[in-house]
Amino acid sequence: MSAAVDYLLHLADNALVLGQRNAEWCGHGPILEEDIAQSNVSLDLIGQARLLYQLAATLKGGAVTEDQLAYFRDTHEFRNYTLLELPHHGPLSGYASSSLDYGTTIVRNFLYSALMALLWEALEKSANADLAAIAAKSLKEVRYHLRHSRDWLVRLGDGTDESHARSQASLDHLFPYTQEFWAHSPAEAAAVEAGIGVDLNTLKADWDAIVDAALAEATLQRPTAGGYVSEGKKGIHSEHLGFLLAEMQSLARAHPNGVW
Amino acid sequence: MYTQSFNVQDTPGAKAVASVQSKEDPALQAAFDARIDADGRIEPQDWMPEAYRKTLVRQISQHAHSEIVGMLPEGNWISRAPSLKRKAILIAKVQDEGGHGLYLYSAAETLGTSRDQMLEGLHSGRAKYSSIFNYPTLTWADVGVVGWLVDGAAIMNQVPLCRCSYGPYARAMVRVCKEESFHQRQGYEALLVMMTGTAEQKAMVQDAVNRFWWKCLAMFGPPDADSPNSLQGMRWGIKRISNDDLRQKFIDATVPQAKVLGVTLPDPDLKWNEERQHFDYGQIDWDEFWATVNGNGPCNKERLATRVKAYSEGAWVRDAAMAHARKQQERSMKEAA
Repeated sequence: MSAAVDYLLHLADNALVLGQRNAEWCGHGPILEEDIAQSNVSLDLIGQARLLYQLAATLKGGAVTEDQLAYFRDTHEFRNYTLLELPHHGPLSGYASSSLDYGTTIVRNFLYSALMALLWEALEKSANADLAAIAAKSLKEVRYHLRHSRDWLVRLGDGTDESHARSQASLDHLFPYTQEFWAHSPAEAAAVEAGIGVDLNTLKADWDAIVDAALAEATLQRPTAGGYVSEGKKGIHSEHLGFLLAEMQSLARAHPNGVW
Repeated sequence: MYTQSFNVQDTPGAKAVASVQSKEDPALQAAFDARIDADGRIEPQDWMPEAYRKTLVRQISQHAHSEIVGMLPEGNWISRAPSLKRKAILIAKVQDEGGHGLYLYSAAETLGTSRDQMLEGLHSGRAKYSSIFNYPTLTWADVGVVGWLVDGAAIMNQVPLCRCSYGPYARAMVRVCKEESFHQRQGYEALLVMMTGTAEQKAMVQDAVNRFWWKCLAMFGPPDADSPNSLQGMRWGIKRISNDDLRQKFIDATVPQAKVLGVTLPDPDLKWNEERQHFDYGQIDWDEFWATVNGNGPCNKERLATRVKAYSEGAWVRDAAMAHARKQQERSMKEAA
């Protein structure tokens, strides 16, 4: 039971945190079509998060709701990949600010969608039938996200000198965070053990192939992995998640007895 | 969502649609007039008087600008939406407004003006957009009130536009109106739920209604007596119902909704007139309306600067897409050779 809940929260937090980040583009996109596209990706992710939190809430039982899981857990209780909480710009300290950078957004959406296209497909066979059903729905969505982000990755990499340099810089910044995908976590191991989850290392070769083919087409260099391995899925985050949650949770927490 | 009436001139330098009588071919003009008189549709390939074309470009582009500027006050609350359900509803709503902008820019492009030209008008401050978006959204209740009242007012304005004489605009409006009426119901429903909540939530709803009510009445534009362009718009089948009639219709529809919701509309003169079979209402502050239209509202500078920032910081992305497309074309031509 707990293995399933922990695993579901990891998947749900991934979807919510990236959905929250991508919604920052709403009204600020580089072109109206992309503004709409990022809002759409964000909507899909928040929809996935809701289904996963609802399932986790059901398994936890009692009066737990999706909103309690999203709004009333603190930073260290979130289990998303660190990659997904980073702001839409290059490396800066938590309280530093910068403009939104579309290259960062596209590179991240691509790296994560490539993983999730494989993971949701594998999770269609999860021993938990509800999770398998969520996976089937999410797979359809993430295939669009992958196509969209891959197309733009190629445009940016192949486009102008500036877009090439910017997307390479985003890739150099974000790629090391993908090491976390393959790192061991007790929650994932327990979920695999219970037949609910999938061992991501069985998907790595396929992920590498998707990434390498896209990078080649985009004329971008794959950075060498190494260095710090982030640990967001274990609850140890960057400085950025605290700010994201403070904003997201502020209204719900100011009115704990409110009805919305 | 939209908007004040369509007689707000762009400034400065944008030429007023002056000459009503086109100096162009009288036979073509007669055919055009006959089509309008028969309540027919004008399509992009049809001949039309220059003044008609200019009026439509101005109106449709103002409408499109209103949609995309209107994304900002509501987008302001996406990150802080108090439940996941409301967050999803709000993102979908703001995204719809972006979609409306897209259809409307496309409709205006059929008149021979590019989206870039229209955006240049917006970014330079020459082109107008609905002044309602120059007010801030200060609490979550504003999101519901914008849906209920602002979109409600917009629907009153827009439903008649589905019968507009210019085909592409009329067809775009059919879809826009369906979505707007959904937004209006969502906004109202969000407020109904809040009114079952805590005292703080109820106060938040009342406060938002107090701040938006008069601004929404001004959205219909100046009184008919002060709207010289309205008549020409009616003659052309672009405008179907006068500003004052639309405003009255909105008030009559909204008063019972406010009662069900349990809020007070902030107008001591608001009362049923048995003789007129309409609600009477107080004086709208037109000085404030014009000050806001002319750039001196609380958020004019912020809204415009935010649009300009998004556009200029996105230039490298648009350039990359164009450069890639060109390279792709060159590559495929080389292969073919």
